[in-house]
Order: sequence, then C-alpha cells, then structure tokens
Amino acid sequence: MPRWTLALSLASATFLSAFGPAAANELRFASQGDLVSLDPYAVEEVFTSGFLGNVYEGLVRRAPDLTIEPALAERWENVSPTQWRFHLRKGVTFHDGSPFTADDVIFSAERVRSGASDFKNRLPAGIEVVKVDDFTVDFVTKEPNPILNFTWANWYIMSKSWAEANKVAPPTKGGDTENFATLHENGTGPYKVDKREPGIRTTLEAFPQWWGNADKKGNVDKVTYTPVPNPATRVAGLLSAQLDVVFPIPVQDIKRLEAAPNVGVIAGPEVRTMYLSMNQWKDMLPGSGLEGVNPLKDRRVREAIYRAIDINAIRDRIMRGQATPSALMVAPGVNGFTDTIKRYEYDPAKAKALLAEAGYPDGFSMTYQCSNDMYVNDEATCLAISSMLAKVGVTAKPNIQPRAKYLESVTAPSMDFGLAILGTTPASLDSHIALNSLHMCPRTAADRPLWNKDDLSKIVAGKSNFGGYCNPEIDKLADAILKETDTAKRNELITQAWTITTNDVAYIPLHQTWAAWGIAKSAKVERRADNVFDWRHVTLGK
Amino acid sequence: MLFYLLRRLFQSAIVLAVVAFGSFMMFRFMGDPVAQLVSEETTLADRALIRQSLGLDDPLIVQFGHFAARVVQGEFGLSYQMGQPVMRLIAERLPATLELSFVAFSLALLIGIPLGVFAGLKPNSIITRVIMILSLAGISMPTFFVGLLLMVYFGVELAILPTFGRGETVDLGFWTTGFLTKSGWLSIILPAVTLGLFQLTFIMRLVRAEMLEVMRADFIRFARARGLPARRIHFRHALKNTLVPVMTIAGLQFGSIIAFGIITESVFQWPGIGLLFLQAISAVDIPVVSTYLLLVAVIFVVVNLIVDMLYYMVDPRLRVGAK
Repeated sequence: MPRWTLALSLASATFLSAFGPAAANELRFASQGDLVSLDPYAVEEVFTSGFLGNVYEGLVRRAPDLTIEPALAERWENVSPTQWRFHLRKGVTFHDGSPFTADDVIFSAERVRSGASDFKNRLPAGIEVVKVDDFTVDFVTKEPNPILNFTWANWYIMSKSWAEANKVAPPTKGGDTENFATLHENGTGPYKVDKREPGIRTTLEAFPQWWGNADKKGNVDKVTYTPVPNPATRVAGLLSAQLDVVFPIPVQDIKRLEAAPNVGVIAGPEVRTMYLSMNQWKDMLPGSGLEGVNPLKDRRVREAIYRAIDINAIRDRIMRGQATPSALMVAPGVNGFTDTIKRYEYDPAKAKALLAEAGYPDGFSMTYQCSNDMYVNDEATCLAISSMLAKVGVTAKPNIQPRAKYLESVTAPSMDFGLAILGTTPASLDSHIALNSLHMCPRTAADRPLWNKDDLSKIVAGKSNFGGYCNPEIDKLADAILKETDTAKRNELITQAWTITTNDVAYIPLHQTWAAWGIAKSAKVERRADNVFDWRHVTLGK
Repeated sequence: MLFYLLRRLFQSAIVLAVVAFGSFMMFRFMGDPVAQLVSEETTLADRALIRQSLGLDDPLIVQFGHFAARVVQGEFGLSYQMGQPVMRLIAERLPATLELSFVAFSLALLIGIPLGVFAGLKPNSIITRVIMILSLAGISMPTFFVGLLLMVYFGVELAILPTFGRGETVDLGFWTTGFLTKSGWLSIILPAVTLGLFQLTFIMRLVRAEMLEVMRADFIRFARARGLPARRIHFRHALKNTLVPVMTIAGLQFGSIIAFGIITESVFQWPGIGLLFLQAISAVDIPVVSTYLLLVAVIFVVVNLIVDMLYYMVDPRLRVGAK
C-alpha cells in the first residue's frame, strides 16, 4: 500500500467519529425546504403543516393509511345533521404545562378565521362554535356538512392562555411587526421544539407528558431537521450516514441508492394528481393567432388532445416507472375515487380524425405553460407531451418557467395559457373540494360571464378552474354532494359527477407521481401517501 | 486625503441608490409574491387582501418611495415568507458567509502568492509546468462540479469530512462561530476549498505574469548588479511591485467571494446569506432580496474603498500625487 493511501485511511479512522451514529435514538432528516413558520395558521403547505403535526395536534388526526382517528377529541357524534358534538380528551397538557380545555378550541376556532390565516376554510362560513362544558364543544353549521372534520387533521389547537400571555396576534403576512408564534410554539404534540434556527436547523425532543406516550409505536427521542434544497447534497448526506431519512429522492438516483449497502428507498404514489388544464373559456385561444375562435371549446378537440398523449410512455421513459396513470382528477385514497372510470385510450389516428371532424385537419397552435421546479420531472413531462401533440398536428409551444413566474401566468387574473400542467391534492381527501374548486363554473351567478373581471374577488366556487370548464349540471351535483349525509348516496353522486366530467373531457388527468424517500437501513419509517412525515411511527435501531 | 475620502463616500451613496432603484425595478419580473404565500384553496378575495396589505397594489414608483424611506431609517421590514425581520435573518447568517469567505480567501492568498512567485521565478522548471497545468483545471472547472467531486470523494467514499452544514457552532452573542469546535473546522474544509480554488489559481496566474514582467525591469537588474541577495530582490523589490494589480483584483475577488459564494453555499448547504438569497428569489421574497442586493453593493463599495486606501500604503507615487 502506498504511503499516502495508508495515511489517508489512518486519517479516516481517526475522523470517522466526527459523524457516525448520533446520540441515542436521534432522528436526523432532511428535505428540500424549511418549514415556513411555527405558527400553525400561517401557511397551508404540506411540509410545514406536516412538520407541525408532530408539535401541535388537531381534534382529529390521520393514521398512516390516511383514515381519520381521534386525537384531542376522544369521540364525536352528530346531535343533528347540522350539529356536531366533540368530546375532548381529558388530562392533555400543552408544552408549557397548562391544561387543554374547551376554551382552547374556541380560541383556535377564532384565530384560524382571523387575519391572514391560510386555514380559514377549515370552518365553513356561518358556523357557530359553542362551548357546552369544559370538555365538550358543539359545532353548529348552517347546512348539513358530512365532511366537516375531514380537513381538521391539520387544524391545530393552540393554547388560549399562552397566546394571551405572549400577545400572539392574528396570523400576518409581511408587514412590520413580528408575530410571537412565528418562532415559538406551544402545542400538545409528542415533540417540542428545542431550538429553532430558521433555514439552518431545527431540533426537537420528545415531550414526556404527551398523552399518547403509553402506546407510541416509535422510539425517537430527539429530532434534528436540516433543510437541504440541493438533491445531490441530500443524497450524499444519506449515503455518508450523516442523515437517517431524506426526501424527496430524485427519480434518477433511486437505482444508485438501492445499490448502496446502508440505505434503502421506499417509494409509492402520492395523493396528488397531475393534470393538464385546457383553456376553454377565452374567446381567443392564447398563442393560437386565431381570431375569435377557441378550438378547445370543442369537446372533440379536447378528446383529440387527450388521445394524443401516450401516458404509459411517459411513465416508463420519463418517470422510470415511478408514476401511476390516472383516469380521475382524484387519487386512490381520496374519498369518492372509483376505478370504474377508465382513461381514453392512446390513439393518435383517432385523435387526428377527431381534429379533422372538428374542422382542424391541419391542427392549430397554442401556448403551453410549464413549470420546472414544482413537480417531479415536470419539465421533461411537458416537453414529451409537446412532441406527442406535434405528431397529431397540434403545436403546443412549451413556455418553461420557475414556480413564481409560472403561477403568475397560469392563475387568475392572467390565465394566459392554452395548455398548462398542474397538480392537485384535495385538503379534505374528499372529492368534493376537487369538484368545487376545479370543476364548478367560475362565476358569481348563473347569468354572469365566466371569470368576469369585476367579479374576480367574489368568485369562490371554481376558484382554481382557470381553464374555465363549466357545466351547470356539475354545479348542481357538487352542491348536492356537499349536503348529502347518506354515505352510499353521496358516493353515488360523486361517481355521477366524475362520469360527466370525464365525458366532457373537462381536464386531462395524467398520473400520480411517486414520492421516493431514502431511509438508512437502521431506521423503519411508514411513508404516508400525502407526504406527511409522522415521527411517532419511526423506529431507530442502532 | 480627507477630501478624497469624502468624495468617495458621496460616490458610494449614489452607487447604492442606483442599485436599490435598479433592483426594485426588476422585481416585477420575478413573479407574483402573493402566489407564493397562499395555497390552492385560498379564495381570490383573501389573495386580494394580502396583495393590498403588502402594498403591491400601489404603482411601482410609490412602492419604491416607501421602501427607500424605510431603508433610510434602517427599517428593512419582515420577510414575506418567514415573517421575521430581514435584518435579523441576514445578521444570523452573515457570520457563516464571512467565515467561509475568510478561510477560502486566506487559502487563495497563502497558497496562490507563493506558487505564483515560484512559477514566475522559475518559468521553465518541471514543477512550474505541472502547477500551470493543474491551475488550468482549477480555473476552468465550474464551482458546483468541483464541490460535488470533493463531496463524493471525501464525504461519501472516504467518509472523513461532513458534506453539509457548519457543524457545531459557538454563540458569542453577536456572532456564531464554527472556529471553536472540531466539527466546525471539519465542516469548513470542503466548502472553503471549493470556493477558494478558483481564486487560488487566478491569483497564482496573476502573480506569475506580473513577476515575469517585473523581473525583466531595469531596477531588478540594477539590484542584481549591486549584489543584493536573491531573496531580498525577489520578495522586497519584485513582489512588492507586482502587488498593486494583484491587490485590485484580489480585493474585487474578495467582494465576489462574499457576495457570490451562492453556488458553494447551496452545494454544501452552508447556512450563509447566499443560501438565504437563493431561497428568497424562488419565493419572490422581495424584502429579503432587496436588502441582500443592497448589502452586496455596500460590501463592494467598502472593499473598493479599502483597496484604494491600501494603494496609498504600497505605492509611494500615489502619496506624492495626492499632495
């Protein structure tokens, strides 16, 4: 052995202790961004609210299979279709030692609807929150709402006394005064924040007084989170045993990690559905140069575009098998999902025939907005679809932009696209939200034009329906689904609605991409399809 | 001298104002800040409210007026994205960037200048040729690539050096330092080498070229003729005369190491201001981006001022001219 190699290996032996296994049962993990705030109402974003779910708790929570479980509420019942009664868990303490009671629920219900809270929709308009006694709270709604508590797994309960003692203001965005809750927490959850260095590192430790400690499945005592935006750096940190859990793993690195001796990869479909939105409301199709005509208003043209896309090729070539083609705008795991509805078959010949029938035998062109930093391989997927459309004569010129610019082009008020690629996850894990914000007519009344400039700020139903799909039948169905309390009937209505939107080719659903997590061999983790990382289910064995 | 300094300060203020205005005009091409602050389910009415509360409805020139008025009072506002004072965010991260820049720059000077002198004195030796070939690699390889190579070899293959973060830091109250812990020193090695490599080769090649030039000058021949010892000629007379151009370039390089270590910081997850800036850009966090750009302008202005002062010390001709 040459002398320098010997020296190096000696050096490595000495230095290895610099970062070997850390302190007992310390979970060290990294993801791409930092949590935005410790304030649980500041921003609704999967990573932030998922992270805070280990620190704060809601009245209900989601199990690893995404079913609803009791959390701060032990049980609940419907006194009447419009009156929900929640029985709170007794003997729960906040991290500062104060007890949890109905007053905290009332306070949280007020704060979550105040200021610039991002979770205002957790409680529908006109709901009354009534304290019955110290451990019972009633929620009285204007109309029956069978999915009232579906979005509550990340409506976290804050302590009233703590908030008042520290002058926690309503949630804010920007401005001049800092909110105490941005850097401090006081939850009831299994972990409490030990040290928060925004953008650098956050350390937490197990909360010894947590009510669920007796049957906690995992054994994590300490958690260190480091935001690592650069994927190569994340992967290197995992391979060199400086990290135990790392996500997301880029598709092209999965093979390499699987081959490494000390790490493994768990991958599975997310609940987010990727889809193409088609601009079918503007009188002139952006980027087409056509005067006063929008080919996408014609159902046949939309079907032609659908049929021109070879979704299996995208799965195999671009996603390297890490995607599940989808026929619906919601994923398996979302209430109302059905596998009875099928995708339109890939059939370029039929696509051409449909285009000719609709009066566009030579195709047409349009603007195709694509992002390059929002979804797994979004740019590559975009380019592939563009060249597939070119084969049937449709010129979809991709305009590839980073998230900030992209959202500006695609969302209201500009909506400057013919085609756009987007992803959607219904927060309630129920079909109603997807129908409501993506499929209802974006207008304030039936006699108003779609996306009318003067009504913009009043549009609620169809608020993310930038393609402007509109079918009054769906509007009626969506409202009926919201109020129907009989589960079987409700699910049937949902299937009806999805059948209509599929026949109308309202959107082109693409697939659920898979999320891949890199895990050290010494750790056992249950990955949730909604990408929430619940540390209670992590077991470390050193 | 005092008059000169005042004039420079006045010029610097103008530069800062121009930078502030220029960067502010660019913000509308960055995308919509509100879209970064809301979720899919936020109603358009709530979006409009946020837009209004951030003052984004005002004409751009009015927004700039507000911004400038507050900056003059030392008030930089809260980050849109993180809800914390921008000054604190930057102050927390500045030590990391300055320590990294300091170590990288020291490496560049302490290795670059001696190598350059050697290469200039013995242009035909084998060692010089080897150094020159290696330096070509250092000057032409992109930073992120060097960083990844080092990371794969020393971090993953040998597993002797940490590949991200600053390690353990010690909080001195006004400054967090990684210089007082073993893991802090281990952590700084890879990023500092990555960041300093380009500067090192750059300075070395510059010193070499200047040395070759100066060694042909008459005063060196006279010095030889006077029988001065070689060391004294090389370091006292020759090197000192190469320093003015080297200092100008090195000063600017130091500024750019501090301001644009962004790539190195992102590859090694070094928690400095560059990383903060990168995250702020993708989130259209205008208060952070504008404060950062101002800070960078200040750094360059200050570094230039210091370099100018150093000229006076090194070059007696300037002192004569000023009188």
